[in-house]
Amino acid sequence: MIRFDRVNKRYPPDITALTDVSFHVEEGELVVISGHSGAGKSTLLKLIAAIERPTSGSVLLGGQNIGVLARSALPYVRRRIGMVLQDQKLLFDRSVFDNVMLPLAIIGFPPKEAVHRVRAALDKVGLARREKALPIALSGGEQQRLAIARAVVSRPALLLADEPTAHLDHETAEDVGRIFGEFHRAGVTVLIATYDTPLFPGARQIELAHGSLRS
Amino acid sequence: MKTWLTQNVRAARLALRRLLAAPMNTLLSLLAIGVALAFPAGGQMLLANIQRLAETSSAMPQISLFMSVDASAEEAKEIEVRLKNFSGVKQVQFLPREKTLARLKTSEGLRGVIDVLPSNPFPDAFVVVAADDRPQALEKFAAEFRQWPKVEHVQLDSAWLQRLDALLRLGRTAVTLLGALLGLGLIAITFNIIRMQVLVGRAEIEVSQLLGATDHFMRRPFLYYGALLGLGGGLLALLLATGTALWLRAPLSDLAQLYGLNLALQPLSLRDSALLLGSATGLGWLGALLSLRQYLR
Ligand SMILES: Nc1ncnc2c1ncn2[C@@H]1O[C@H](COP(=O)(O)OP(=O)(O)OP(=O)(O)O)[C@@H](O)[C@H]1O
Ligand SMILES: [Mg+2]
Repeated sequence: MIRFDRVNKRYPPDITALTDVSFHVEEGELVVISGHSGAGKSTLLKLIAAIERPTSGSVLLGGQNIGVLARSALPYVRRRIGMVLQDQKLLFDRSVFDNVMLPLAIIGFPPKEAVHRVRAALDKVGLARREKALPIALSGGEQQRLAIARAVVSRPALLLADEPTAHLDHETAEDVGRIFGEFHRAGVTVLIATYDTPLFPGARQIELAHGSLRS
Repeated sequence: MKTWLTQNVRAARLALRRLLAAPMNTLLSLLAIGVALAFPAGGQMLLANIQRLAETSSAMPQISLFMSVDASAEEAKEIEVRLKNFSGVKQVQFLPREKTLARLKTSEGLRGVIDVLPSNPFPDAFVVVAADDRPQALEKFAAEFRQWPKVEHVQLDSAWLQRLDALLRLGRTAVTLLGALLGLGLIAITFNIIRMQVLVGRAEIEVSQLLGATDHFMRRPFLYYGALLGLGGGLLALLLATGTALWLRAPLSDLAQLYGLNLALQPLSLRDSALLLGSATGLGWLGALLSLRQYLR
């Protein structure tokens, strides 16, 4: 499903984030990416979602070279991916419900079915009764779960999460870990960047150190 | 197709919601656009009315021929016969000097003046309608009539119509120019408004792009926003022009009456209104599009 082949990523002016990274993730796998702060975990996920492009090497997603796609093709790549970013990027001027609705609106999902989908996604993360609230009124853990609901509402085959359990107390973090486990069992390919690998039992580990894979 | 419709309905609603969310801002924008467009709209309304006036008031071009005051009845009769036999003359009406005097005596203001005159100051006159009413043809007739004995003065009554026609042409050019200029202004206004909207909506744009929104999807609500502003501004301009027309209707009609003209100021025609609203909507959309090209990337 995902194949990195000798990927290097340098940020201007001269910051090396990834060096010669190659790995392969099968469909339906649960993978955690670990490593110290600044090791390149976020960068790796951003390359998969085509938020960044590799400086050299290739990133293949379902056989498609993400790094060389035209700008106009990127939206269609991102629609196949559910993303929970490190800064969750919720929209604070609209309700919980509308935040989760956004990905469905973007793909032009029929409005009536979309409402069911949104409710189902909110239910899955335990926010069913907060749909009218504004994100600002949610706790940190609830905001994290809202971001997850938004990532999965369009039922993507691939789920990327960047430190989804940061700043959460242990119990809430375990909840979130469990939710990802459920998606994995439902057949979704899941990649999670985290410091807290025990939260995701049974996951395959990829460890980064200073931009290189440690094996 | 269904998706396309869903997306457009969503975009239009979103645009409307954004407009309503900042009512003061929206009102000021509409006012700026409305006032700007009211000028060409009002100008066009005025032109249409003058045109109608020119068409309805004795549009038939005619030649007035005045005998000298000392011409005898026989001499007048002779001219009448010559006129009737003149090829190209369609109709001749004789206005005897006695009748003219009698008619004007019935007029309130003139009676006193006429009563003190020692003799009838009015000449015999003819009103001639030619078959060929082109200005050059009439001019040739008039030149011929002027040579005839005891003919004092020949006047082309179509002259003021020609002058009016020239004036109307000038007016139309002016309105077109004004419309083009203020149309550009409308583009500039929406360009700037949309630029600010994009800046305000940065967060949403960024998130939407991460979630797989196409440029089309991002642009659509802003395009509707621009188009709706244009449409609203156009409606306001129409309202302003029509309001002014109704307000000026009675006083203008009184004024026109003094000149023997029947003028009831009409509001902008359906066709012109549709043109105004259509182009305002289109220009608002265009301003938004240009702005998005620049700022939404
Ligand atoms: N946009 C950027 N511009 C320049 N340098 C960047 C940018 N993004 C990341 N970097 C640098 O690249 C390196 C890897 O960053 P990255 O965010 O991938 O690390 P990380 O493993 O996610 O760290 P953390 O656990 O703190 O989130 C760091 O040295 C970082 O400073
Ligand atoms: Mg990171």
